[in-house]
Amino acid sequence: MRVEFRLSGSGGQGLLLAGIVLAEAAILDDKNAVQTQSYGPEARGGSSKAEVVISDEDIDYPKATDPDYLLALTAESYKSYGPLMGKGLIIVDSSVPVSADIAARTVSVPILETARDKVGKKVVANIVALGVLGGLSKAATRTSLEAAVKSRVPKGTEELNVSALRAGFELAELAASQRGARKTQA
Amino acid sequence: MSSTLSYFRQENLPHIWCPGCGHGTVTGSLIRAIQRLDLDKNKVCIVSGIGCSSRAVGYLDFDTLHTAHGRALAFATGIKLARPELKVIVMTGDGDCTAIGGNHFIHAARRNIDITTIVMNNNIYGMTSGQYSPMTPKGMYGTTAPYGNLERSFDLCELAKAAGATYVARATSYHVPLLIDLIEAALQNKGFSMVEAIVQCPTYFGRKNKVGGPVEMLNWIKDGVVNVKAAASLPPEKVAGKKLIGELHNAPASEYTADYDELIAKVQRTYEGFQGGLYGCASNSD
Amino acid sequence: MTRNAKLMQGNEACTIGALAAGLEFYAGYPITPSTEIAELCAEELPKVGGKFIQMEDEIGSIAACIGASLAGKKAMTATSGPGFSLMQECLGYASLTEVPLVIIDVQRMGPSTGMPTSPAQADLMQARWGTHGDHPVIVLAPGNVKECFELTFKAFDIAETYRVPVIVLTDEIIGHMREKVILPDPAGLKPLRRAAPASPAGYKPYAADPDGGVPLMAPFGEGYRWHVTGLFHDESGRPSGKSEVADKLMRRLARKVEKAAPLIEEHFEESLEDAEIVVVSFGSSAMSSLSAVRRARREGVKAGMLRLKTMWPFPDELVARAASRARRVIVPEMNLGQLALEVERAGCGGAPVTRLGKVNGELFRPEEVYASIMEAVK
Repeated sequence: MRVEFRLSGSGGQGLLLAGIVLAEAAILDDKNAVQTQSYGPEARGGSSKAEVVISDEDIDYPKATDPDYLLALTAESYKSYGPLMGKGLIIVDSSVPVSADIAARTVSVPILETARDKVGKKVVANIVALGVLGGLSKAATRTSLEAAVKSRVPKGTEELNVSALRAGFELAELAASQRGARKTQA
Repeated sequence: MSSTLSYFRQENLPHIWCPGCGHGTVTGSLIRAIQRLDLDKNKVCIVSGIGCSSRAVGYLDFDTLHTAHGRALAFATGIKLARPELKVIVMTGDGDCTAIGGNHFIHAARRNIDITTIVMNNNIYGMTSGQYSPMTPKGMYGTTAPYGNLERSFDLCELAKAAGATYVARATSYHVPLLIDLIEAALQNKGFSMVEAIVQCPTYFGRKNKVGGPVEMLNWIKDGVVNVKAAASLPPEKVAGKKLIGELHNAPASEYTADYDELIAKVQRTYEGFQGGLYGCASNSD
Repeated sequence: MTRNAKLMQGNEACTIGALAAGLEFYAGYPITPSTEIAELCAEELPKVGGKFIQMEDEIGSIAACIGASLAGKKAMTATSGPGFSLMQECLGYASLTEVPLVIIDVQRMGPSTGMPTSPAQADLMQARWGTHGDHPVIVLAPGNVKECFELTFKAFDIAETYRVPVIVLTDEIIGHMREKVILPDPAGLKPLRRAAPASPAGYKPYAADPDGGVPLMAPFGEGYRWHVTGLFHDESGRPSGKSEVADKLMRRLARKVEKAAPLIEEHFEESLEDAEIVVVSFGSSAMSSLSAVRRARREGVKAGMLRLKTMWPFPDELVARAASRARRVIVPEMNLGQLALEVERAGCGGAPVTRLGKVNGELFRPEEVYASIMEAVK
């Protein structure tokens, strides 16, 4: 089965790394995975988009065509990519106002807030988001996600990032209870 | 010591330079400096660009490389970095070195890579028949400066020094013993060395500017320079408007390829037991 | 997890392929989207005693690589469109002087600065004809991350065997894409090295069979004292203005690559046997194309896929054969018809060729190629 992810936000939020870790975790689970990206000239700010395709079969086309999951950490990315969503689920940060004009199923999750207040570091929002994506999609096992996080994050930050990932898993469980209930704020 | 002629590929002679050209004098001076230092012919590599000056390497019996216009120093950088044990020499002209190759020149100097650069400055593009170069003095004539050159010229020695060359000198095709001495000293500097050799181009510069034939041009060159040692004790009016010849800058500093070898040793100590790059790569993140 | 399976980026795989082939020297200039190759070389080369240098521009980069190659080292540079343009003059120099060299061009949208972070495939003709003068060129185009490794490795073997510059033509998608790859066991890899003369006695650096022979190459600094020039030259390397010398050299150089062509040709094909609609593509466009061809097949359309990996010399016969039963040939590419021109030239048994060009800086979506296939079967 082919599962497609689109991770969007602003440059510097670390979404590319989150995408890489997700793909790597899938490989640890013996699946195929491809990660692509698009980015602007800005190293910080600007828009940033990473895509991950995970499948048990060969992946001929590496980009998301009809994403199963869209992560939107900023209002801008929500507005850009939300309207393109069909069958998939939008996971939007709770700081972003949800719009009635965007029809796809949506859950609003306090990713940035959890990173800042519960984990204690704003910069790990990407890994919290990864935990949410992993937890909701089950495209990679938790064990593999943890292993992939440890291998890809800067040395000395493994513990912090694993706790961010676990906080994301918890948010996913909470959000799962929202599913079906459209556009509710968590 | 071998005979001077033994440093030449005699089967490639005669050369293509005009009668009275100064490039042969500079080439001969380089060979005499190499001869005095008794450098191993098999470990000397001479690189040139494009232009009259750059034809010199074809006549010399070393590993020689006649490259693209302006690029001699970039090719030479590759050779020197790949095999630091080689003595690498660049022979170039004023157009080749200071116009199209100007960027490579300042960066080779900045790196202080051990290359000896001989710039044969005849103040004109000779191979293409007499256009003005960045070394053509303001007001002089060329086929592309039919009403006189409006552009200011470089002081190449000051440029080399400012860019980081650790040995800088100037001589002329009139002052041959000095030229040989300076090239010899330049070859011994472990770092980027530049010797500017002012030479006559009677065919184009001399004719265009009505300076005369080779002899008149040599006298004109002689009158335009003053030795840096003499200049120190001369009244300013005797020095004004003249170019200084002699050793103008000698400030040894750590050399690029030697530094690189140290870096390799340091990295290899850190990665002791490292089996090569294939699977040992740290993953390259965004 | 499968043994040695790794999530790897295309640019990274190119670099690792080069290192596996024995890369000893890298000179380059930073340019998006190729820079990861330089960064990784800067990190890895000193570990194996190799050298990395960041030159002042791309002209200097390729020039330094040629110098290092003449000094006996395996050398590589990597760049993208604007830098590749700057390298063209010295690419011609390497071709005429027969200096082994590998150049990776990670294509981006042009012309000019264009869209630096967006993919394109519009350097196909630049790779072939970018430098002045007739000259043979070998260009390989990986279609995925694993092939970035394989074809970069192979580029070195070809460069060393035939004494030619070899271009690896990737693009922003393949260069930055990460996917699962399993690399071959390094012990099983046997990279080739240029044939060297036995002794300096009587060495003629450009003596070779006029019918495409490859001359023996001595490294600088070993007592051969030979001359290399970008002027036309005779067997001794001596500059020559003689028409017969020029003619002989030009024809030998062209013949050398012509003879190599069938030995180095590689491609990927699927469902071509009975294909009525043949899709010919390369690089990242071929990924979208393959997805579309498979979908069409599932729906009973006799579609087939030919993905070229050897772009130059162009595999005329292969293309003609693949298209021999076709009613329609479709050529998706991220330019306005560079590959399509060659496909048309190669002859497709009279089948019309659809030039499916895309030049908005985005990869084809599979449905765009699928729509073209379905249009053709209507």
